[in-house]
Amino acid sequence: MKRLWLLVLLAALTGCAPGPQSAMNAGGPEAHVIADLMRNFTILLGVIFLIVIGLALAALGTRRHRGMETLAPSPDREAKLTRIVGAASVLTTVILLGLIVISVSAGKALSDRSMPRNALTIEVTASQWWWYVRYLNDDASQIIVTANEIHIPVGRPVMIRGTSQDVIHSFWVPGLSGKRDLIPSRVTTVWFQAERPGRFRGQCAEFCGLQHAHMALWVVAEDEAAFEKWRAAQLQDAHEPSTDSERNGQQVFLGSECVLCHTIRGTAAHGQVAPDLTHIASRLSLAAGTLANNRGNLAGWISDPQSIKPGNHMATVPLEPDQLQSLLDYVGSLQ
Amino acid sequence: MTSTQVSEETNRQALERTWASPRGLLGWLSMATHQAIGRRYIFTAFFFLLVGGVEALMMRMQLAKPDNTFLGPARYNQIFTMHGTTMMFLFAVPVMEGMAIYLVPLMVGTRNVAFPRLNAFGYWMYLFGGIFLYAMAFTAAAPDAGWFAYPPLAGPQFSPGKGVDTWAQMITYTEISALCVAVELIATILRMRVPGMALNRIPLYCWSMLIQSFMVVFAMPAVMVASTVMLLNDRTIGTHFVNPWEGGDPLLYQHVFRFFGHPEVYIIFIPALGFVSSILEVNSRRPIFGYPAVVLSQVATGFIAFGLWVHHMFATGLPQIGEAYFTAASMMIAVTSGIQIFCWLATLWSGRLRMTSAMYFVFGFVFIFVLGGMTGVMLASIPLDLQSHDTYFVVAHFHYVLIGGALFPLFGAFHHWFPKITGRMLNERMGKISFWLLFIGFNVTFFPMHILGLNGMTRRIYTYPAELGWGDANLIATCGAFVIAVGGLVFIANAAATLRRPADAEADPWNGSTLEWATSSPPPPYNFAYPPVVSSLTPMWTDPQLRTVVTGMNTDRREVLITGVTEGEPQFRTVLPGPSIWPFISALGIGIGFAGSVFAFSWYFVASALGTIGMVGWFWPRSSGRLKS
Repeated sequence: MKRLWLLVLLAALTGCAPGPQSAMNAGGPEAHVIADLMRNFTILLGVIFLIVIGLALAALGTRRHRGMETLAPSPDREAKLTRIVGAASVLTTVILLGLIVISVSAGKALSDRSMPRNALTIEVTASQWWWYVRYLNDDASQIIVTANEIHIPVGRPVMIRGTSQDVIHSFWVPGLSGKRDLIPSRVTTVWFQAERPGRFRGQCAEFCGLQHAHMALWVVAEDEAAFEKWRAAQLQDAHEPSTDSERNGQQVFLGSECVLCHTIRGTAAHGQVAPDLTHIASRLSLAAGTLANNRGNLAGWISDPQSIKPGNHMATVPLEPDQLQSLLDYVGSLQ
Repeated sequence: MTSTQVSEETNRQALERTWASPRGLLGWLSMATHQAIGRRYIFTAFFFLLVGGVEALMMRMQLAKPDNTFLGPARYNQIFTMHGTTMMFLFAVPVMEGMAIYLVPLMVGTRNVAFPRLNAFGYWMYLFGGIFLYAMAFTAAAPDAGWFAYPPLAGPQFSPGKGVDTWAQMITYTEISALCVAVELIATILRMRVPGMALNRIPLYCWSMLIQSFMVVFAMPAVMVASTVMLLNDRTIGTHFVNPWEGGDPLLYQHVFRFFGHPEVYIIFIPALGFVSSILEVNSRRPIFGYPAVVLSQVATGFIAFGLWVHHMFATGLPQIGEAYFTAASMMIAVTSGIQIFCWLATLWSGRLRMTSAMYFVFGFVFIFVLGGMTGVMLASIPLDLQSHDTYFVVAHFHYVLIGGALFPLFGAFHHWFPKITGRMLNERMGKISFWLLFIGFNVTFFPMHILGLNGMTRRIYTYPAELGWGDANLIATCGAFVIAVGGLVFIANAAATLRRPADAEADPWNGSTLEWATSSPPPPYNFAYPPVVSSLTPMWTDPQLRTVVTGMNTDRREVLITGVTEGEPQFRTVLPGPSIWPFISALGIGIGFAGSVFAFSWYFVASALGTIGMVGWFWPRSSGRLKS
C-alpha cells in the first residue's frame, strides 16, 4: 500500500515537470511573486495538514471501545480539552490573519504599478477562438497588428489592455503572470515583464465554447535588439511574391474567399474578422497555438480546418492540388 | 397480558390504521409519509449519482491521453455540463434533503414533517426536473455552456438551440423542490420537537439541517433570478439583462449566480458535517466535544458563506479594496471549519473508538476535507487565485471539498443509518473494502490534478497537446477514476445483497445516542407509539428506556405535538394532512407547463392553469380527518 502511494506521488511529481505553460516556471517578477507565495502557502499549510492528520490517526491508538458502555466525560479532562481546542482555534485565526496580510501585500505588489515611461502597451482582443493583437503607439505608423503571438523585450514592463468581441475569454500566460478575464464591452488590464528570453505559452482560461481547448497563444521574450528587429519587420507590408509559384499563390489567395476574412497588408486582402496574415510565416504556430507552423501543417489546416479544429469559423476553400502548392509557397513566404 | 400492555397494543393498532398509506398505484403516488418521500429522494439521487459518475468516466477517458478523439468537442462540452449540473442539482442537494426528510422527524421525535403534501410535491418537482433535463438531453437539446452558464456564451447568440433553456428551466424545478424541503425542515425542527428538547438539546445533525435550510431559503431565489429571470428571459423573450451589446451586463449575472453558487457548496457540505457529528458521537461513545462551539461555528459558516462569492470572480478585475475584503472572508471561513475539526479531534481523543465502516468514511472525510480546505485557503488569496482559477487546481480543490466533505460523510451515513431505513445491516467487511477503493481511487484521481493545474492545464478543455507534459498525470487520474468506479460497484453490490436478506436489524444496533434509535428498524409509519420526553442531548444514553412519554394524543387522526421554539415545551396538538394524489397532479401540471415554456412562453399559462387545478384539489376543504369507524 505504502509503496503504491510513493509510486503514484513520484509519477505525479516527475511526470509533470513544468512545461512551457507552467505557473511554476516563472519568467518574470509578477510570476515570481505568485510562485513564491504559492510555495510559502504550500509549505505552511502542508505542515498544518500533516499535524491535523497525525492527530486524527494518533486517536486510533487510544483506548478502543468494549461492549456498549458510554463515557461520561470527566470535567477535568473536558476543561483541558477546552483549553487545547481554544488555543488551536486562536492559533488558526492568527495564522489565517498572517496569510491574509502576506496575500494582500503580494496582491498590492502586483497591481500597484504606475505607468512606467518605457512600458509597452498591447491591446488584445479575444474572439472565438483566436487573439487579435495590436501594439499601441502614439504614432499611428508605428502600430503593429498581429495575431496569436506577442513579442516582448526582456526587462520592459508590458501592459495588456484586453477586451472581447464575443463571449468572455481569459488571457493567461502562466509563466509571466496571473490571468485576467476579457469581457465584451469592458477593458481589463494585466501587467507583466519578462526577466529572461524564452517562449511562454498561454491559453484561454475561461470556457468560451466549442474550441476553448484550442485557443492558445505564444509570448516570445527576446532581448531589446531582437525585439526591435522583429518590430521593424512587422511594420513592413507583406513580402512581394518573387517566384512564379508565389505569384500564382497570391492570385489563388486574392481570388478566393480567403480575402473576405484575412488581411495581407500590401495586397487587396483587407478582411477584418480573422487573423492578419501579413507576417504569418514568422509565427510559431497556426490556428491559435493548435499546430506548429510548418508547411505540412499549413497544408492540412488550409485543406481541412474543420477536422483539425472542429467548429472553428474558418471556411473550407476547395482548391486544386497545384493551387494548394502555390498557395503554400506564397503563404510560406510571408515572413 | 396486563392492562397496560393491552392498552398499548390497542394504541399501536389504532396508530397503524390512522397512519397507514393507501395501496395500489394511486396510493403509491399519493403517499406523503416522510419515510416514503425520504427514501424516494435518496434512491432517485443515487441514480443520478450513477449517471453523473458515468459522465465523469467518459470525460476521464477522453482526457487519458493527449489529442484523444474518444469524444469530440461538442460531446465533451455537453458531458461536462451535464456532469456538473447532475451532481450539483440532481444529486448532492437532493440526497442531503432526502436523508434529512427521513431522519429529522425521527431525531426530533415526531411523526411526519410539518407539511407532508408539500413534501410530496417537492419530490415530484425534483423528479420531473431530472426527467425533463435528461429527456431533452437525449433527444436534441443537451446544454453545453457549463453548469454555470455564463452569458454571453450561454446567451441566445452563442448558444442557439434549446440546451441552455433546458438547463435554466431544470434549475427552476429543483429549486422549488429545495425550497419545499427547506420550509419543511425549518418548521419541523423549530416547532415539532419532543417536549424537553430545548435548543441546546437538538441533535447536531438537526442543527446542521436547520442552518442549511435557512441558507436554501436565501440562496435559491438568487439562482432563480440569475437563471430564469435574467438568462431565460434574455433567451426566450428578448430581455437584455445580461446582453453587453444592449446595455446589459454579463458580470451582473456572475454576481447573482455566485451569490447562490458559493452558499450552494455549504448547502451541500453543512448536512455532511451533521452526519460526521452523529457518526462520531455514536462511535466514540461520548457526546460530541464542544456542542455549543460546533453549533455556533456552523451558524457562522452559514452567514459567512454569503459573503465570499466574489472569490469566484477575482479574475474579472474588480477593484482591489473589495477583493481584499473577499479574501479575508474566504479565509475566515476556515476558522469556523477549523473549530469543528478541532472539536471532533477532541471527541476522538477523549472517546473510545469503535471502527465501523461509517467511521472509516469519517476518517477519510477528515483526510480529504482538510486537504481540500488547505487548497481553499490558497484559492482565497487573490494572487494565487489568479494563477489557479479555472485550472485543474480548482478542479482538484472542489472535488476534495465536495467528495471529501460531503460524499464520504454521506457514504458513512449510509452505512450508519442503513439498518434504520431498511431494517438490514450492511456487510461491514464489504463496507470497508469499498471505503479503501474509494479513498485510494479518489486520491489517485484528484491529487495529480493539483499539479496539472499549477502546470497550466485549464479546465473544460476537451483535449491538450502532448508537448505540454500533462499526459502522465492525466493517465494516472483516469486510472484512479476507474478505481473509484470499482469502489462504487462494491458499495452498490453490498447494498443490493443486503436488501435480499430478511429484515432482522435491531432497533438500535450501534447503541446510538439520539431518538431515531428508540424506534424499530425500519420505523412504523407513525414513528413512535408515544413521543418521548427528553432531558438531555443524548437521550438514548442517559435514559435508554425513555420512561417519560407523551400520552393522551388522539390516535384516530394524524395528530402531532407542537412545542415551543426555544424550550421545547408542549403547546398544542395539530392534525397533519394525510396522503393525497393532488400534490402529484399539481407537480405534473406545473412540470408540463415548465417543460413547454422552453418552446413557447404561452406554456407558462398552461402551467398556471394546471397548477391551479391541482392546488384547488389539494386544498379543497374536508372534514377534520377523523376516521369514520
